[in-house]
Amino acid sequence: MSLAAAQHGFLSPTGVEIAFLLVGLVTLGAALVTVTTRQLVHAALWLVVALGGLAVEYLLLTAEFIAWVQVLIYVGSVVVLLLFGLMLTRAPIGRSPDADSGNRWAALAVAAAAAAALVWVVVDAFRTTWIDLDGPAAGTTRVTGQSLFQNWVLPFEALSVLLLAALVGAIVLSRKAAADPPPGAAPAARTSGEKEGAR
Amino acid sequence: MNDALDVVLRLLVVFGVFLTFPLIVGQTEHKVMAHMQGRLGPMYAGGFHGWAQLIADGVKFAQKEDVVPAGADRRVFQLAPAVALLPYLLVLLAIPIGPGEGAVGQVLDAGVFFVLAVMGVGVLGSLMAGWASANKFSLLGGLRTAAQLLAYELPMLLAAASVAMAAGTVSLPGIVHAFHWWWLPWQIVGAIVFFVAGLAELQRPPFDMPVADSEIIFGAYTEYTGLRFALFLLAEYAGIVVLCGLTTVLFLGGWHGPWGADGLGWLWTLLKTAVLAFVVIWLRVTYPRLREDQLQKLSWTLLVPLSLAQIALTGIVKVVIR
Repeated sequence: MSLAAAQHGFLSPTGVEIAFLLVGLVTLGAALVTVTTRQLVHAALWLVVALGGLAVEYLLLTAEFIAWVQVLIYVGSVVVLLLFGLMLTRAPIGRSPDADSGNRWAALAVAAAAAAALVWVVVDAFRTTWIDLDGPAAGTTRVTGQSLFQNWVLPFEALSVLLLAALVGAIVLSRKAAADPPPGAAPAARTSGEKEGAR
Repeated sequence: MNDALDVVLRLLVVFGVFLTFPLIVGQTEHKVMAHMQGRLGPMYAGGFHGWAQLIADGVKFAQKEDVVPAGADRRVFQLAPAVALLPYLLVLLAIPIGPGEGAVGQVLDAGVFFVLAVMGVGVLGSLMAGWASANKFSLLGGLRTAAQLLAYELPMLLAAASVAMAAGTVSLPGIVHAFHWWWLPWQIVGAIVFFVAGLAELQRPPFDMPVADSEIIFGAYTEYTGLRFALFLLAEYAGIVVLCGLTTVLFLGGWHGPWGADGLGWLWTLLKTAVLAFVVIWLRVTYPRLREDQLQKLSWTLLVPLSLAQIALTGIVKVVIR
Protein backbone atom coordinates (compact mmCIF):
# COMPACT_ATOMS: atom_id res chain seq x y z
CA MET A 1 0.00 0.00 0.00
CA SER A 2 2.65 2.46 1.04
CA LEU A 3 4.80 0.97 -1.71
CA ALA A 4 2.31 2.04 -4.36
CA ALA A 5 2.12 5.50 -2.88
CA ALA A 6 5.90 5.72 -2.82
CA GLN A 7 6.17 4.74 -6.47
CA HIS A 8 3.66 7.30 -7.67
CA GLY A 9 4.24 10.62 -5.96
CA PHE A 10 1.69 13.39 -6.18
CA LEU A 11 4.36 16.02 -6.61
CA SER A 12 5.57 14.88 -10.02
CA PRO A 13 2.40 14.54 -12.06
CA THR A 14 2.47 12.87 -15.46
CA GLY A 15 0.90 14.35 -18.58
CA VAL A 16 -2.15 12.15 -18.22
CA GLU A 17 -2.74 13.37 -14.68
CA ILE A 18 -2.49 17.00 -15.76
CA ALA A 19 -4.90 16.37 -18.64
CA PHE A 20 -7.25 14.59 -16.23
CA LEU A 21 -7.23 17.59 -13.92
CA LEU A 22 -7.80 20.10 -16.71
CA VAL A 23 -10.67 18.13 -18.25
CA GLY A 24 -12.10 17.75 -14.76
CA LEU A 25 -12.07 21.52 -14.28
CA VAL A 26 -13.81 22.04 -17.64
CA THR A 27 -16.42 19.43 -16.71
CA LEU A 28 -17.01 21.05 -13.34
CA GLY A 29 -17.33 24.47 -14.95
CA ALA A 30 -19.80 23.20 -17.54
CA ALA A 31 -21.82 21.51 -14.80
CA LEU A 32 -21.94 24.74 -12.81
CA VAL A 33 -23.10 26.72 -15.84
CA THR A 34 -25.72 24.03 -16.50
CA VAL A 35 -27.41 24.63 -13.16
CA THR A 36 -26.93 28.40 -13.01
CA THR A 37 -27.74 29.62 -16.54
CA ARG A 38 -31.12 31.26 -17.05
CA GLN A 39 -31.46 29.95 -20.62
CA LEU A 40 -33.18 26.59 -20.64
CA VAL A 41 -31.77 25.17 -23.88
CA HIS A 42 -28.29 26.46 -23.05
CA ALA A 43 -28.47 24.46 -19.84
CA ALA A 44 -29.13 21.31 -21.87
CA LEU A 45 -26.25 22.09 -24.22
CA TRP A 46 -23.85 22.76 -21.34
CA LEU A 47 -24.96 19.40 -19.98
CA VAL A 48 -23.61 17.91 -23.22
CA VAL A 49 -20.23 19.49 -22.47
CA ALA A 50 -20.27 18.18 -18.91
CA LEU A 51 -21.23 14.64 -19.94
CA GLY A 52 -18.71 14.66 -22.78
CA GLY A 53 -16.03 15.81 -20.34
CA LEU A 54 -16.90 12.84 -18.13
CA ALA A 55 -16.47 10.54 -21.14
CA VAL A 56 -13.00 12.00 -21.72
CA GLU A 57 -12.17 11.35 -18.06
CA TYR A 58 -13.19 7.71 -18.49
CA LEU A 59 -10.96 7.51 -21.56
CA LEU A 60 -8.04 8.90 -19.60
CA LEU A 61 -8.66 6.23 -16.97
CA THR A 62 -8.38 3.62 -19.80
CA ALA A 63 -12.08 2.69 -19.47
CA GLU A 64 -12.69 2.93 -23.20
CA PHE A 65 -15.89 0.90 -23.27
CA ILE A 66 -17.52 2.89 -20.48
CA ALA A 67 -16.50 6.13 -22.19
CA TRP A 68 -18.23 5.31 -25.48
CA VAL A 69 -21.30 3.97 -23.69
CA GLN A 70 -21.41 7.25 -21.78
CA VAL A 71 -21.45 9.18 -25.07
CA LEU A 72 -23.97 6.81 -26.64
CA ILE A 73 -26.47 6.83 -23.78
CA TYR A 74 -26.13 10.26 -22.24
CA VAL A 75 -25.05 12.58 -25.04
CA GLY A 76 -26.72 10.69 -27.87
CA SER A 77 -30.01 9.73 -26.22
CA VAL A 78 -30.70 11.37 -22.87
CA VAL A 79 -29.81 14.90 -23.98
CA VAL A 80 -31.70 14.43 -27.26
CA LEU A 81 -34.72 13.34 -25.23
CA LEU A 82 -34.25 16.36 -22.96
CA LEU A 83 -34.06 18.77 -25.90
CA PHE A 84 -37.08 17.05 -27.46
CA GLY A 85 -39.04 17.58 -24.26
CA LEU A 86 -37.93 21.21 -24.00
CA MET A 87 -38.86 21.98 -27.60
CA LEU A 88 -42.23 20.27 -27.22
CA THR A 89 -43.11 22.30 -24.16
CA ARG A 90 -41.26 25.58 -23.73
CA ALA A 91 -37.91 26.58 -25.17
CA PRO A 92 -37.78 30.37 -25.48
CA ILE A 93 -34.72 32.01 -26.97
CA GLY A 94 -33.16 34.23 -24.33
CA ARG A 95 -33.51 34.27 -20.58
CA SER A 96 -36.38 32.82 -18.61
CA PRO A 97 -36.34 34.78 -15.35
CA ASP A 98 -39.15 32.67 -13.92
CA ALA A 99 -37.17 29.43 -14.33
CA ASP A 100 -35.76 29.72 -10.82
CA SER A 101 -37.36 27.75 -8.04
CA GLY A 102 -35.98 29.68 -5.07
CA ASN A 103 -34.46 26.55 -3.60
CA ARG A 104 -30.98 27.67 -4.58
CA TRP A 105 -29.43 27.28 -1.12
CA ALA A 106 -31.09 23.98 -0.33
CA ALA A 107 -29.93 22.63 -3.67
CA LEU A 108 -26.41 23.86 -3.02
CA ALA A 109 -26.38 22.17 0.39
CA VAL A 110 -27.60 18.86 -1.06
CA ALA A 111 -25.08 19.05 -3.91
CA ALA A 112 -22.21 19.81 -1.54
CA ALA A 113 -23.22 16.98 0.79
CA ALA A 114 -23.53 14.51 -2.08
CA ALA A 115 -20.19 15.58 -3.54
CA ALA A 116 -18.50 15.30 -0.14
CA ALA A 117 -19.92 11.82 0.44
CA LEU A 118 -18.88 10.62 -3.03
CA VAL A 119 -15.39 12.08 -2.83
CA TRP A 120 -14.91 10.61 0.63
CA VAL A 121 -16.05 7.14 -0.45
CA VAL A 122 -13.98 7.12 -3.64
CA VAL A 123 -10.86 8.44 -1.96
CA ASP A 124 -11.24 5.97 0.88
CA ALA A 125 -11.72 3.02 -1.48
CA PHE A 126 -9.28 3.76 -4.29
CA ARG A 127 -6.65 6.01 -2.72
CA THR A 128 -3.89 3.47 -3.20
CA THR A 129 -5.08 1.91 -6.46
CA TRP A 130 -3.03 2.66 -9.53
CA ILE A 131 -3.73 1.78 -13.12
CA ASP A 132 -0.87 0.01 -14.84
CA LEU A 133 -0.79 1.68 -18.23
CA ASP A 134 1.89 -0.62 -19.64
CA GLY A 135 0.10 -3.92 -19.04
CA PRO A 136 -3.18 -5.03 -20.68
CA ALA A 137 -5.68 -2.20 -20.39
CA ALA A 138 -8.01 -2.68 -17.45
CA GLY A 139 -11.02 -1.05 -19.11
CA THR A 140 -11.23 -2.90 -22.42
CA THR A 141 -14.53 -4.38 -23.51
CA ARG A 142 -13.30 -7.91 -22.78
CA VAL A 143 -12.31 -7.16 -19.20
CA THR A 144 -15.45 -5.11 -18.55
CA GLY A 145 -17.67 -7.84 -19.96
CA GLN A 146 -15.96 -10.57 -17.97
CA SER A 147 -16.24 -8.76 -14.66
CA LEU A 148 -19.82 -7.75 -15.44
CA PHE A 149 -21.05 -11.23 -16.30
CA GLN A 150 -18.93 -13.20 -13.83
CA ASN A 151 -18.79 -11.12 -10.65
CA TRP A 152 -21.67 -8.70 -11.05
CA VAL A 153 -24.27 -10.70 -12.95
CA LEU A 154 -26.88 -10.59 -10.17
CA PRO A 155 -26.90 -6.77 -9.78
CA PHE A 156 -26.92 -6.54 -13.57
CA GLU A 157 -30.02 -8.72 -13.84
CA ALA A 158 -31.72 -6.91 -10.97
CA LEU A 159 -31.11 -3.61 -12.75
CA SER A 160 -32.56 -5.02 -15.96
CA VAL A 161 -35.73 -6.07 -14.17
CA LEU A 162 -35.97 -2.66 -12.53
CA LEU A 163 -35.65 -0.89 -15.89
CA LEU A 164 -38.17 -3.26 -17.43
CA ALA A 165 -40.65 -2.49 -14.65
CA ALA A 166 -40.13 1.24 -15.16
CA LEU A 167 -40.66 0.86 -18.90
CA VAL A 168 -43.86 -1.12 -18.52
CA GLY A 169 -45.08 1.35 -15.91
CA ALA A 170 -44.40 4.30 -18.20
CA ILE A 171 -46.29 2.69 -21.06
CA VAL A 172 -49.26 1.83 -18.86
CA LEU A 173 -49.38 5.40 -17.51
CA SER A 174 -49.22 6.99 -20.95
CA ARG A 175 -51.97 4.70 -22.23
CA LYS A 176 -54.29 5.68 -19.38
CA ALA A 177 -53.65 9.37 -19.78
CA ALA A 178 -54.68 9.41 -23.45
CA ALA A 179 -58.30 8.37 -22.90
CA ASP A 180 -60.09 5.81 -20.82
CA PRO A 181 -60.06 2.81 -23.14
CA PRO A 182 -63.09 0.56 -23.34
CA PRO A 183 -62.76 -2.46 -21.03
CA GLY A 184 -62.13 -4.79 -23.95
CA ALA A 185 -59.10 -2.83 -25.14
CA ALA A 186 -57.26 -2.73 -21.83
CA PRO A 187 -55.75 -6.25 -21.89
CA ALA A 188 -54.52 -5.68 -25.45
CA ALA A 189 -52.81 -2.50 -24.33
CA ARG A 190 -51.21 -4.32 -21.44
CA THR A 191 -49.76 -7.09 -23.59
CA SER A 192 -48.37 -4.74 -26.21
CA GLY A 193 -46.81 -2.74 -23.37
CA GLU A 194 -45.11 -5.83 -22.08
CA LYS A 195 -43.96 -6.76 -25.53
CA GLU A 196 -42.23 -3.45 -25.89
CA GLY A 197 -40.98 -3.66 -22.36
CA ALA A 198 -39.27 -6.95 -23.20
CA ARG A 199 -36.65 -5.01 -25.07
CA MET B 1 9.18 11.34 -34.48
CA ASN B 2 8.19 8.46 -36.71
CA ASP B 3 5.07 7.89 -34.65
CA ALA B 4 4.05 11.52 -34.93
CA LEU B 5 4.60 11.44 -38.70
CA ASP B 6 2.51 8.29 -38.92
CA VAL B 7 -0.36 9.89 -37.01
CA VAL B 8 -0.22 13.05 -39.12
CA LEU B 9 -0.22 11.04 -42.34
CA ARG B 10 -3.21 8.98 -41.25
CA LEU B 11 -5.13 12.08 -40.24
CA LEU B 12 -4.33 13.73 -43.57
CA VAL B 13 -5.51 10.71 -45.55
CA VAL B 14 -8.75 10.46 -43.54
CA PHE B 15 -9.30 14.19 -43.98
CA GLY B 16 -8.75 13.84 -47.72
CA VAL B 17 -11.29 11.04 -47.89
CA PHE B 18 -13.65 13.19 -45.83
CA LEU B 19 -13.35 16.05 -48.31
CA THR B 20 -13.55 14.06 -51.55
CA PHE B 21 -15.84 11.06 -51.05
CA PRO B 22 -18.96 13.04 -50.07
CA LEU B 23 -18.47 15.19 -53.17
CA ILE B 24 -18.14 12.11 -55.35
CA VAL B 25 -21.37 10.74 -53.87
CA GLY B 26 -23.04 14.10 -54.42
CA GLN B 27 -21.98 14.27 -58.04
CA THR B 28 -23.09 10.67 -58.57
CA GLU B 29 -26.43 11.61 -57.10
CA HIS B 30 -26.80 14.48 -59.56
CA LYS B 31 -26.10 12.22 -62.51
CA VAL B 32 -27.88 9.05 -61.38
CA MET B 33 -31.03 10.93 -60.38
CA ALA B 34 -31.02 12.79 -63.66
CA HIS B 35 -30.70 9.67 -65.76
CA MET B 36 -33.34 7.82 -63.73
CA GLN B 37 -35.70 10.73 -64.40
CA GLY B 38 -34.87 10.92 -68.12
CA ARG B 39 -32.71 14.07 -67.82
CA LEU B 40 -29.02 14.70 -68.35
CA GLY B 41 -28.21 16.54 -65.14
CA PRO B 42 -25.30 19.00 -64.97
CA MET B 43 -23.43 19.03 -68.29
CA TYR B 44 -21.43 22.28 -68.52
CA ALA B 45 -19.28 22.84 -65.42
CA GLY B 46 -15.81 21.41 -66.04
CA GLY B 47 -16.57 20.30 -69.56
CA PHE B 48 -16.88 16.52 -69.32
CA HIS B 49 -20.45 15.65 -68.24
CA GLY B 50 -20.44 18.45 -65.68
CA TRP B 51 -17.91 16.78 -63.40
CA ALA B 52 -17.02 20.07 -61.68
CA GLN B 53 -20.61 20.99 -60.80
CA LEU B 54 -20.17 20.51 -57.05
CA ILE B 55 -16.93 22.51 -57.02
CA ALA B 56 -18.81 25.31 -58.74
CA ASP B 57 -21.56 24.91 -56.12
CA GLY B 58 -18.96 25.18 -53.37
CA VAL B 59 -17.59 28.42 -54.85
CA LYS B 60 -21.15 29.73 -55.09
CA PHE B 61 -21.88 28.88 -51.44
CA ALA B 62 -18.64 30.53 -50.30
CA GLN B 63 -19.59 33.77 -52.04
CA LYS B 64 -23.02 34.02 -50.44
CA GLU B 65 -23.68 36.24 -47.47
CA ASP B 66 -23.67 34.52 -44.10
CA VAL B 67 -26.95 35.65 -42.54
CA VAL B 68 -27.84 35.14 -38.90
CA PRO B 69 -31.50 36.03 -38.21
CA ALA B 70 -31.94 38.92 -35.77
CA GLY B 71 -34.05 36.88 -33.36
CA ALA B 72 -31.76 33.86 -33.41
CA ASP B 73 -29.49 32.62 -30.64
CA ARG B 74 -26.27 33.70 -32.36
CA ARG B 75 -23.68 31.40 -30.84
CA VAL B 76 -25.73 28.21 -30.96
CA PHE B 77 -26.87 29.05 -34.48
CA GLN B 78 -23.28 29.44 -35.67
CA LEU B 79 -21.97 26.42 -33.82
CA ALA B 80 -24.62 23.99 -35.11
CA PRO B 81 -23.10 23.16 -38.55
CA ALA B 82 -19.80 22.17 -36.95
CA VAL B 83 -21.58 19.93 -34.44
CA ALA B 84 -23.45 18.29 -37.31
CA LEU B 85 -20.37 17.72 -39.46
CA LEU B 86 -17.47 16.84 -37.16
CA PRO B 87 -18.84 13.52 -35.80
CA TYR B 88 -18.73 12.02 -39.29
CA LEU B 89 -15.08 13.00 -39.61
CA LEU B 90 -14.35 11.23 -36.32
CA VAL B 91 -16.27 8.13 -37.40
CA LEU B 92 -14.30 7.90 -40.65
CA LEU B 93 -11.16 7.54 -38.52
CA ALA B 94 -12.35 4.20 -37.18
CA ILE B 95 -13.59 2.51 -40.37
CA PRO B 96 -11.10 -0.06 -41.71
CA ILE B 97 -10.89 -0.45 -45.47
CA GLY B 98 -8.24 -3.19 -45.64
CA PRO B 99 -6.84 -6.01 -43.52
CA GLY B 100 -3.51 -4.39 -42.69
CA GLU B 101 -2.54 -2.13 -39.81
CA GLY B 102 -2.15 0.75 -42.25
CA ALA B 103 -5.65 0.52 -43.70
CA VAL B 104 -7.52 2.11 -40.81
CA GLY B 105 -7.18 5.56 -39.28
CA GLN B 106 -7.18 4.33 -35.71
CA VAL B 107 -7.89 0.86 -34.32
CA LEU B 108 -10.35 1.15 -31.44
CA ASP B 109 -11.10 -1.58 -28.97
CA ALA B 110 -14.79 -0.70 -28.79
CA GLY B 111 -15.12 0.41 -32.41
CA VAL B 112 -18.80 -0.39 -32.88
CA PHE B 113 -19.76 1.58 -29.79
CA PHE B 114 -17.51 4.44 -30.86
CA VAL B 115 -19.05 4.84 -34.31
CA LEU B 116 -22.65 4.52 -33.12
CA ALA B 117 -22.09 6.87 -30.18
CA VAL B 118 -20.40 9.54 -32.24
CA MET B 119 -22.91 9.29 -35.09
CA GLY B 120 -25.69 9.96 -32.59
CA VAL B 121 -23.96 13.19 -31.54
CA GLY B 122 -24.28 14.59 -35.06
CA VAL B 123 -28.03 14.86 -34.63
CA LEU B 124 -27.45 17.41 -31.85
CA GLY B 125 -26.34 19.77 -34.63
CA SER B 126 -29.75 19.57 -36.31
CA LEU B 127 -31.48 20.07 -32.97
CA MET B 128 -29.36 23.12 -32.16
CA ALA B 129 -29.99 24.54 -35.62
CA GLY B 130 -33.72 23.95 -35.33
CA TRP B 131 -34.00 25.63 -31.97
CA ALA B 132 -31.57 28.52 -32.46
CA SER B 133 -33.10 29.72 -35.75
CA ALA B 134 -36.12 31.23 -33.94
CA ASN B 135 -38.36 30.00 -36.75
CA LYS B 136 -41.33 27.76 -36.21
CA PHE B 137 -40.61 25.65 -39.27
CA SER B 138 -37.07 25.13 -38.05
CA LEU B 139 -38.36 24.14 -34.63
CA LEU B 140 -40.75 21.64 -36.17
CA GLY B 141 -37.87 20.23 -38.18
CA GLY B 142 -35.78 19.91 -35.03
CA LEU B 143 -38.64 18.14 -33.24
CA ARG B 144 -39.07 15.69 -36.07
CA THR B 145 -35.32 15.07 -36.14
CA ALA B 146 -35.30 14.23 -32.45
CA ALA B 147 -38.34 11.96 -32.71
CA GLN B 148 -36.77 10.16 -35.65
CA LEU B 149 -33.44 9.67 -33.89
CA LEU B 150 -35.10 8.30 -30.76
CA ALA B 151 -37.09 5.83 -32.84
CA TYR B 152 -34.31 4.57 -35.10
CA GLU B 153 -31.31 4.54 -32.76
CA LEU B 154 -32.59 1.42 -31.02
CA PRO B 155 -32.98 -0.93 -34.05
CA MET B 156 -29.62 0.29 -35.36
CA LEU B 157 -27.91 -0.55 -32.07
CA LEU B 158 -29.62 -3.93 -31.85
CA ALA B 159 -28.62 -4.85 -35.40
CA ALA B 160 -25.02 -3.86 -34.70
CA ALA B 161 -25.14 -5.83 -31.44
CA SER B 162 -26.21 -8.91 -33.38
CA VAL B 163 -23.17 -8.82 -35.65
CA ALA B 164 -20.91 -8.07 -32.68
CA MET B 165 -22.34 -11.18 -30.99
CA ALA B 166 -21.65 -13.23 -34.11
CA ALA B 167 -18.04 -12.07 -34.30
CA GLY B 168 -17.43 -12.18 -30.56
CA THR B 169 -15.79 -8.77 -30.63
CA VAL B 170 -16.81 -5.12 -30.85
CA SER B 171 -13.72 -3.97 -32.72
CA LEU B 172 -14.44 -3.13 -36.36
CA PRO B 173 -11.35 -4.80 -37.88
CA GLY B 174 -11.98 -7.76 -35.58
CA ILE B 175 -15.51 -8.15 -36.93
CA VAL B 176 -14.31 -8.17 -40.54
CA HIS B 177 -11.54 -10.63 -39.66
CA ALA B 178 -14.13 -13.01 -38.24
CA PHE B 179 -16.37 -12.73 -41.31
CA HIS B 180 -17.30 -15.79 -43.39
CA TRP B 181 -19.41 -15.77 -46.51
CA TRP B 182 -22.30 -17.59 -44.82
CA TRP B 183 -22.72 -14.66 -42.44
CA LEU B 184 -24.43 -12.87 -45.29
CA PRO B 185 -27.64 -14.99 -45.25
CA TRP B 186 -27.32 -15.38 -41.47
CA GLN B 187 -27.21 -11.62 -40.76
CA ILE B 188 -29.22 -10.36 -43.72
CA VAL B 189 -32.17 -9.18 -41.61
CA GLY B 190 -29.83 -7.29 -39.32
CA ALA B 191 -28.09 -5.76 -42.32
CA ILE B 192 -31.35 -4.47 -43.79
CA VAL B 193 -32.51 -3.12 -40.42
CA PHE B 194 -29.15 -1.40 -39.90
CA PHE B 195 -29.17 0.17 -43.34
CA VAL B 196 -32.76 1.37 -43.13
CA ALA B 197 -32.30 2.76 -39.63
CA GLY B 198 -29.12 4.48 -40.78
CA LEU B 199 -30.98 6.08 -43.68
CA ALA B 200 -33.55 7.35 -41.21
CA GLU B 201 -30.84 8.73 -38.95
CA LEU B 202 -29.35 10.60 -41.91
CA GLN B 203 -32.82 11.90 -42.82
CA ARG B 204 -32.42 10.68 -46.37
CA PRO B 205 -35.51 10.05 -48.49
CA PRO B 206 -37.84 8.24 -47.93
CA PHE B 207 -37.17 9.24 -44.31
CA ASP B 208 -36.75 12.98 -44.94
CA MET B 209 -39.75 14.11 -42.90
CA PRO B 210 -37.55 16.51 -40.84
CA VAL B 211 -36.67 18.50 -43.98
CA ALA B 212 -39.92 17.92 -45.88
CA ASP B 213 -39.78 20.87 -48.27
CA SER B 214 -43.48 20.83 -49.12
CA GLU B 215 -44.47 21.22 -45.46
CA ILE B 216 -41.76 22.90 -43.41
CA ILE B 217 -39.53 24.51 -46.11
CA PHE B 218 -36.23 22.88 -45.18
CA GLY B 219 -36.73 21.99 -41.53
CA ALA B 220 -33.92 22.89 -39.20
CA TYR B 221 -31.78 24.34 -42.00
CA THR B 222 -34.37 26.84 -43.28
CA GLU B 223 -32.58 29.94 -42.00
CA TYR B 224 -29.07 28.92 -43.04
CA THR B 225 -27.21 30.50 -45.92
CA GLY B 226 -23.83 30.30 -47.59
CA LEU B 227 -21.09 28.12 -46.19
CA ARG B 228 -22.96 27.07 -43.08
CA PHE B 229 -25.77 25.68 -45.23
CA ALA B 230 -23.17 23.93 -47.39
CA LEU B 231 -21.69 22.35 -44.26
CA PHE B 232 -25.08 20.81 -43.42
CA LEU B 233 -25.32 19.42 -46.94
CA LEU B 234 -21.76 18.11 -46.67
CA ALA B 235 -22.73 16.44 -43.37
CA GLU B 236 -25.54 14.62 -45.16
CA TYR B 237 -23.24 13.26 -47.86
CA ALA B 238 -20.46 12.44 -45.40
CA GLY B 239 -23.17 10.58 -43.50
CA ILE B 240 -23.96 8.53 -46.60
CA VAL B 241 -20.29 7.59 -46.97
CA VAL B 242 -20.06 6.66 -43.28
CA LEU B 243 -23.29 4.64 -43.28
CA CYS B 244 -22.39 2.70 -46.43
CA GLY B 245 -18.85 2.10 -45.16
CA LEU B 246 -20.19 0.86 -41.83
CA THR B 247 -22.75 -1.45 -43.43
CA THR B 248 -19.97 -2.84 -45.62
CA VAL B 249 -17.68 -3.43 -42.68
CA LEU B 250 -20.29 -4.85 -40.33
CA PHE B 251 -22.45 -6.95 -42.65
CA LEU B 252 -20.91 -7.32 -46.10
CA GLY B 253 -17.48 -8.55 -45.07
CA GLY B 254 -15.43 -5.45 -45.82
CA TRP B 255 -12.29 -6.46 -47.68
CA HIS B 256 -13.36 -10.10 -48.19
CA GLY B 257 -14.23 -10.96 -51.77
CA PRO B 258 -14.33 -13.93 -54.14
CA TRP B 259 -10.75 -13.22 -55.23
CA GLY B 260 -7.88 -10.83 -54.66
CA ALA B 261 -8.57 -10.49 -50.94
CA ASP B 262 -4.88 -10.16 -50.02
CA GLY B 263 -3.65 -6.95 -51.50
CA LEU B 264 -6.66 -5.59 -53.30
CA GLY B 265 -8.97 -5.97 -50.32
CA TRP B 266 -9.42 -2.22 -49.96
CA LEU B 267 -10.85 -2.20 -53.48
CA TRP B 268 -13.60 -4.58 -52.36
CA THR B 269 -14.45 -2.30 -49.46
CA LEU B 270 -14.66 0.72 -51.73
CA LEU B 271 -16.69 -1.19 -54.32
CA LYS B 272 -19.23 -2.40 -51.79
CA THR B 273 -19.47 1.07 -50.29
CA ALA B 274 -20.04 2.58 -53.73
CA VAL B 275 -22.79 0.06 -54.55
CA LEU B 276 -24.54 0.85 -51.27
CA ALA B 277 -24.23 4.57 -51.95
CA PHE B 278 -25.88 3.94 -55.31
CA VAL B 279 -28.72 2.14 -53.51
CA VAL B 280 -29.14 5.17 -51.24
CA ILE B 281 -29.54 7.41 -54.28
CA TRP B 282 -31.81 4.89 -55.98
CA LEU B 283 -34.13 4.82 -52.94
CA ARG B 284 -34.34 8.61 -53.02
CA VAL B 285 -35.53 8.58 -56.60
CA THR B 286 -37.90 5.65 -56.12
CA TYR B 287 -39.86 6.08 -52.92
CA PRO B 288 -42.22 8.83 -51.78
CA ARG B 289 -41.69 10.40 -48.39
CA LEU B 290 -43.08 8.52 -45.39
CA ARG B 291 -45.52 10.38 -43.16
CA GLU B 292 -44.48 11.06 -39.56
CA ASP B 293 -46.77 8.37 -38.08
CA GLN B 294 -45.69 5.87 -40.74
CA LEU B 295 -42.08 6.62 -39.83
CA GLN B 296 -42.65 5.88 -36.16
CA LYS B 297 -44.75 2.82 -36.92
CA LEU B 298 -42.13 1.36 -39.24
CA SER B 299 -39.49 1.63 -36.55
CA TRP B 300 -41.39 0.47 -33.50
CA THR B 301 -43.57 -2.24 -35.01
CA LEU B 302 -41.29 -3.61 -37.72
CA LEU B 303 -37.61 -2.79 -37.30
CA VAL B 304 -37.35 -3.28 -33.53
CA PRO B 305 -39.05 -6.73 -33.54
CA LEU B 306 -37.02 -7.76 -36.61
CA SER B 307 -33.74 -6.78 -34.98
CA LEU B 308 -34.74 -8.61 -31.79
CA ALA B 309 -35.50 -11.71 -33.87
CA GLN B 310 -32.12 -11.33 -35.54
CA ILE B 311 -30.40 -11.22 -32.15
CA ALA B 312 -32.27 -14.37 -31.08
CA LEU B 313 -31.26 -16.12 -34.31
CA THR B 314 -27.65 -15.04 -33.87
CA GLY B 315 -27.64 -16.37 -30.34
CA ILE B 316 -29.13 -19.72 -31.34
CA VAL B 317 -26.74 -20.27 -34.25
CA LYS B 318 -23.83 -19.17 -32.10
CA VAL B 319 -24.69 -21.75 -29.44
CA VAL B 320 -25.30 -24.50 -32.02
CA ILE B 321 -22.02 -24.07 -33.90
CA ARG B 322 -19.94 -23.81 -30.74
